[in-house]
Amino acid sequence: MTFRQITQIAGSAMTAQTVRLNTVASNLANAQSAAGTEAEAYRARKPVFASVFEGGSADGTVAGARVQVLDVVQSDEPVRRAHEPDHPLADADGTVYYPNVNPVAEMTDMMSASRAFETNVEVMGRVKQMQQSLLRLGEG
Amino acid sequence: MGIDFDKALGLHPEALKLRAERTKILASNIANESTPGYQARDIDFASTLASVVNDEGGAGLALDTDALYRVPNQPSQDGNTVELGVEQAAFSQNASDFQTSLTFLNMKLKGLAKAISGQ
Repeated sequence: MTFRQITQIAGSAMTAQTVRLNTVASNLANAQSAAGTEAEAYRARKPVFASVFEGGSADGTVAGARVQVLDVVQSDEPVRRAHEPDHPLADADGTVYYPNVNPVAEMTDMMSASRAFETNVEVMGRVKQMQQSLLRLGEG
Repeated sequence: MGIDFDKALGLHPEALKLRAERTKILASNIANESTPGYQARDIDFASTLASVVNDEGGAGLALDTDALYRVPNQPSQDGNTVELGVEQAAFSQNASDFQTSLTFLNMKLKGLAKAISGQ
């Protein structure tokens, strides 16, 4: 049934955008978490989305495309080094390592994710209206 | 004398079904707004409806071959061709058209009910 599939499609997009918001929150929260070594430094996380096609020619309908979160990968951009000998975590050279999080990019990513989430909520609401009016077909 | 419902209702049931299928395609486009490489699709409603209506007794909607790819106004770097404004406008228009088909169908059914009860 089409309407159920549409709800699942919009729902999968909402889940994916939630994962994206989650990584943004994690990145922003840890933007200032210093570390004593380069390996220990927090690295920005990004979700990887992919589309999954379902249904199609076999059941005589068109294929819908869900969104799937394939993986959450760490950014391989270099971490930020700072020379702060007074820092409690500084290594022998007085260097501390800050995460490779770009707060401006994270903020725009957050706005984009929340807007995409809202759009899918609207889609779901509209589809619900369509389904309800279809149920009232032939009444009064 | 019986009523042939297929004839009495015209093409509205097919149009309604097609509108629902198109909603699914447009919802998929909107859902995959931020999926890299996703290519937005749509159907040519008029020609698909014409082929469905003319294809009497065919194997239902054979739509999969008719789902076309959207040509983006501004192609993006990651190969995604969804433009949210375009998709939202199409979705909204399609939902209104769905309600319109539904209203037509309702009016037809009311007419039939009156004919049956002899008013």
